[in-house]
Amino acid sequence: MKGRFGEFGGQYIPETLMPAIEELEKAFEKCRKDKKFNAEFQKLLSEYAGRPTPLTFAGNLSKRLGCKIYLKREDLAHTGAHKINNALGQALLAKKMGKTRIIAETGAGQHGTATAIAAAKLGMECEIYMGTVDIERQKPNVLRMRLAGARVNPVSSGSKTLKDAINECLRDWTASCENTHYLLGSVLGPAPYPEMVAHFQKMIGEEAKQQIKKAEGKLPKAIIACVGGGSNAIGIFKAFVPDKKVELVGVEAGGFGIEGGKHAARFADPKLGRSGVLHGTFTYVLQDKFGQIYNTHSVSAGLDYSAVGPEHSMLREMKRAQYTYATDKEALDAFKILSQEEGIIPALESSHAVAYALKYAKKCKKNDIIIINISGRGDKDLDTVIKEMGDSLD
Amino acid sequence: MIPLTRFEAQFKKLHSKKEGAFIPFVVLGDPNIETSFEIIKTLIDNGADALELGFAFSDPIADGPTIQEADQRALSHNINTDDAFELIQQIRSYNQKIPISLLIYYNLILQRGIGEFYSQAKQVGVDAVLAADCPVEEAEPLLKAAKENGIDQVFIVAPTTTKARLKKILAQASGYVYLVSLLGVTGARAALQTKTVKLIKFVKPNTNLPICVGFGISKPGHVKEVVGAGANGVIVGSAVIKLVKENLGDKEKMLAAVSEFASEMKAATK
Repeated sequence: MKGRFGEFGGQYIPETLMPAIEELEKAFEKCRKDKKFNAEFQKLLSEYAGRPTPLTFAGNLSKRLGCKIYLKREDLAHTGAHKINNALGQALLAKKMGKTRIIAETGAGQHGTATAIAAAKLGMECEIYMGTVDIERQKPNVLRMRLAGARVNPVSSGSKTLKDAINECLRDWTASCENTHYLLGSVLGPAPYPEMVAHFQKMIGEEAKQQIKKAEGKLPKAIIACVGGGSNAIGIFKAFVPDKKVELVGVEAGGFGIEGGKHAARFADPKLGRSGVLHGTFTYVLQDKFGQIYNTHSVSAGLDYSAVGPEHSMLREMKRAQYTYATDKEALDAFKILSQEEGIIPALESSHAVAYALKYAKKCKKNDIIIINISGRGDKDLDTVIKEMGDSLD
Repeated sequence: MIPLTRFEAQFKKLHSKKEGAFIPFVVLGDPNIETSFEIIKTLIDNGADALELGFAFSDPIADGPTIQEADQRALSHNINTDDAFELIQQIRSYNQKIPISLLIYYNLILQRGIGEFYSQAKQVGVDAVLAADCPVEEAEPLLKAAKENGIDQVFIVAPTTTKARLKKILAQASGYVYLVSLLGVTGARAALQTKTVKLIKFVKPNTNLPICVGFGISKPGHVKEVVGAGANGVIVGSAVIKLVKENLGDKEKMLAAVSEFASEMKAATK
């Protein structure tokens, strides 16, 4: 079925937006096969975004854990996260569609920054919606967006985080779709977004596969990535899905722990996490028994969201990927460990993947390889980390 | 002969009197259950020809700030699907004839169970359901349950709707066509867009269903304009809810304002 991942996915949006979605579907189908479009996109990736990003052998961490740890360095992409890949892809597509204005939601501010920067590069007008809670905890990114010429609209409804920023984007787009493209930042929302964003992120896994073959002559035992909406995870998983021996592990935000409901672990909480519809797609959603969407908690703004990309729901159902979680505390500890061992400061989002890798390594042998997707760099999180950990930094 | 539905009977009656339908929209349980019931009774007593009743939702993506706040007020008292149905049952006991349509987000139907939702809706006297975030492409399970329970499934036609989509929508719609008068979310606007009249003229020749215009209708002048252009009714939400919000501290004043506004709007349909 069109736009479905197994039973998940779909297009649950108001009629006013359907014609815009149909137009986007057509444009994406055309451009993904178009040589000229792909050449332009590749050029932007290599000359502007700094791709391919390296795969770094983490020697000290490997020694500490007793297996081989590699890091896929999306933190080294321009703007400091994988988000730039999709932002450039969609902005280029929007330009081909004749749109002059771009809007986007952002949680951690990485997608907002990437979008603002892609819009600046391609000469388009840009507005970003961001929850006031997130504006407070991700200030450096707010400044970067404004520097790149974007207007940042604070969103103070609901939980004042990513979910509410998406609501505002959809509302803006409902009034503006004739000249505006909504540049959604994750593998979420109505079709074709989940598939399109995955398409513009899949080079992460394609590169990693070549790089690990060259470095080790074999595929890894496991790939570990954090999952908010899940675009960095889909991006690195996709190329490895056919390689059944490679374990794919998504790590959700465990917040204060699953028990009290203060988390963003859609798969890990059987009480609150059920299939449902949010923001245009049928997938796993944290909600009460009547279907009201549950507000999430995570120390990491980029994982602080009530639903997960529908393709993840399918991969889990098929048992091709497994999903687990790391708590705020585990992520903060991992943040510190990777910084100290390797001199790489990971984003708090990526720190969740690192945290689980620390546990997973315990069941690994010396020659087993783990690739952790370092989806972004942690400079933006220093304020939060200092607030959470105080002087215990050293 | 199949008896007329409440909507059919009402539109037939209004047609013979050469009047348009005044259909106010409120959120069930806003600002609380008890006051909500009184607001709805006031609307019925002062000219409402039908009711559109909203189920409060945490993430109402098709709604502007006025209705979002109404949803939040209702949810702050923990209004849930059971409470909403109970309130509708009270309304139905108060008036057996007035057609009632629901405006709801898909997840609330899904979590109740689609079949169960429509069957409960029928039991409490609902005549039609509109799922704001369910386009015709995804509506098959809803259409099936609606049909089984003798409920009309209403769809939206927007200024962006293409001719091909209009055909698809009209092939499935029943009850009436909800024509969205502007490009954007719900909310009172100072003036109607020129698109509105054009859209009425675009849809009208393609369907026998009554056409009701909503989004942004807030003044008697708007009502005259769209009814004059051939619409069979107007749906008025944010303008009513604004009166609720402005008078939260004084229920008597609130009900007086709602009563006066409803009478003025109904008068403009004649």
